[in-house]
Amino acid sequence: MIRHLISIDDLDRGGIQRILDRARSFAEVSGREIKKVPALKGRTVVNLFYESSTRTSSSFELAAKRLSADVVNIRSVGSSVDKGESLKDTVQTLSAYEPAAIVIRSPYAGAAQQIVEWTDAAVVNAGDGKHEHPTQALLDVYTLMQALGTLEGLNIWIVGDVMHSRVARSDILAFQRMGATVTVCGPPTLIPREIEALGCRSEVTLARLHEADVVYVLRMQQERMHDAYVPTLREYAQRYQVNLGRLRDGQLLMHPGPVNRGIELSGDAIDSDAALIGAQVKSGVAVRMAVLYELLVGAPALQAVA
Amino acid sequence: MKVTRTRLFHRQSAPAELLIRQAHVIDPRSGLDAPHDVLVRDGVVAELGAPGTMSGSSGTPIIEATGKHLFPAFVDPHVHLRSPGQEHKENIATGTRAAAAGGFCQVIAMPNTTPTIDQVSTLQAVIATAAEQAQVPTGFLASITVALRGSELTEMAALSDAGALGFTDDGKPVVSAGMLRRALQYQRLAGGVIALHEEDPTLSADGVMHEGAVSARLGVAGIPSISESTFVARDAAIARYEDARVHFQHLSCVESVEALSRARAEGARVSGEATPHHLTLTDESVLGLDANLKMNPPLRAERDRQAVIEGLRSGVLECIATDHAPHARHEKEMSFEQAPMGTTGLETAFAAVYTNLVRPGVLPLALLIERMTAGGGLYGLTVPRIAVGETANLVLIDLEREWLVGEGGYVSRSANCCFHGRRLRGAVELTVAAGSVVFTSRGAEKTTLTEVE
Repeated sequence: MIRHLISIDDLDRGGIQRILDRARSFAEVSGREIKKVPALKGRTVVNLFYESSTRTSSSFELAAKRLSADVVNIRSVGSSVDKGESLKDTVQTLSAYEPAAIVIRSPYAGAAQQIVEWTDAAVVNAGDGKHEHPTQALLDVYTLMQALGTLEGLNIWIVGDVMHSRVARSDILAFQRMGATVTVCGPPTLIPREIEALGCRSEVTLARLHEADVVYVLRMQQERMHDAYVPTLREYAQRYQVNLGRLRDGQLLMHPGPVNRGIELSGDAIDSDAALIGAQVKSGVAVRMAVLYELLVGAPALQAVA
Repeated sequence: MKVTRTRLFHRQSAPAELLIRQAHVIDPRSGLDAPHDVLVRDGVVAELGAPGTMSGSSGTPIIEATGKHLFPAFVDPHVHLRSPGQEHKENIATGTRAAAAGGFCQVIAMPNTTPTIDQVSTLQAVIATAAEQAQVPTGFLASITVALRGSELTEMAALSDAGALGFTDDGKPVVSAGMLRRALQYQRLAGGVIALHEEDPTLSADGVMHEGAVSARLGVAGIPSISESTFVARDAAIARYEDARVHFQHLSCVESVEALSRARAEGARVSGEATPHHLTLTDESVLGLDANLKMNPPLRAERDRQAVIEGLRSGVLECIATDHAPHARHEKEMSFEQAPMGTTGLETAFAAVYTNLVRPGVLPLALLIERMTAGGGLYGLTVPRIAVGETANLVLIDLEREWLVGEGGYVSRSANCCFHGRRLRGAVELTVAAGSVVFTSRGAEKTTLTEVE
């Protein structure tokens, strides 16, 4: 039983499994005509987003609402939040409403951890800088479990801009914790030095991509060539684009979205049967319901749904 | 222009009259390592006697110091007193009181203030303030380039005449090799040591911590060790070519220590300093993203820490310098990536190194004392010694007393200490600087300082 979800490191394998099991029963709720359970009735969830986000913020909002919580959405993108002081002030102000949980997305690593000290609410990290995005990793694991039953022994490749990806960091930890082997692959300029300390292997080319059971492709930010990480997107696509020519039968394809069609992924790959991208989005709501439930209700069994 | 002779400035106070009985006196430069009675008369070490044999004259305060240690007081060649212009972080009075509380009898202040200490008038202003308010003798470096911009030399000769001990753009590197070469050439006229903060900004870029496994885990931009060491190697080569005297500040990594060692072996007149935090902490402690652990150069990997320790032991790094860099609470309460770089260090320097390196047997106590007193000598200042006839510069320390850093607050105006919340051994009980008592710990006053009627 944990109080906050800041990092995948907050969860052991059993903790991840418990959230996934509960997500499965919440997914059943999402299939009903009335997609609500009263678990968080009368409690407030604040979504505090200091960075633009479509799928994460909307799925957290839906998750909280399906648990019958009152939801306050605060989007504060841009100059008003340039100072950490205002984060402290904002969180303390919001805490006066006694929210049960604050879901925070910040452009800075450690922001979620930091606000734990300023509020009594449970804190959920919805992405802090390039550090972690634990609920994305949980929904990725959930999606793979739904497709394959287990991650044990899987060979998962994470391809692209690992350096600037919070998804990659949380996924490396979560996939390994569930028994998979992880390889990161991308331009040498975008693979952090000593990333192997996280337990993964690293590759510079896709030459051995056929070894992967699952290919997890990261979003390639258009601006990366301005800092000379890659010479051109054209060369990036030539070397690292995952397309049907590079995938073999039976491999599964994932992406955290939003996809740059034709850059990191070809259109035919996105639209192929290998792609779990739509399933990932769909998993988001159930997994985030399970996370909120784990933090705010936390009963060990599953009967709360019934 | 009047040429200033003294280059240390402080508020004069009454000369100490004091008998310290039975303290274990260690001063490697005087060959002392045994219990002694030490009599200070009129601010000067008047007598050293066998332990328990001296009684002092009537009215002389006596400190019963059995079991305590008496060292020459420490010298910190690298502090940020934040005056002028950043007095919300620290000022000359508070910073030098923190120095006294940490057992220091001399500090050297950096010029990256607001405005920069890059003109004679600004230097004279801080000197005047120090003469009124500094608790311990304080020296000043002026900047190498105007406003630390790296594009025009300051009036180094005039600044030197006005009392500058040397020159540095600390906080920033002198990026242009050509500009640095001009400064080193000009040193032949102006005198003074040129001290360098080494960092190639094209390599450190927007980094906020050491580049390595921890930065990879945290997803924050890293500062590679080569951003420091390549500039150390470059500037040592320029110094050797110009036969200039250069001091490398706060060296943090194995490659830098090697570069300094090589340059010294080749005959370059170069020296280096190590900070208590680089000697005792690594990037592992940054995992919690506590902004108090964010400083520049950053806490590095264990192999770097080992190299800095080895450099200090061998003398490649001649001295310990705190790089005391206070920041206000609200400034450090930002996210790790946004927070300013710097840790305070004056109040914890001795205890941090003593606890982490001397007690476990990594470094001898006498070597720590030697390195904590050597910094001023690199700038031409007299090194404090315990010897009959010497001005009293003394620190009395209870090596057994354990204390919690930050408990009861800090003497410094700021609280951004990288050792905050850690338990350290070694508590300063008394500091004598330039012949005057400048610090007594509250406990020590009550228990040991007794007036003889």
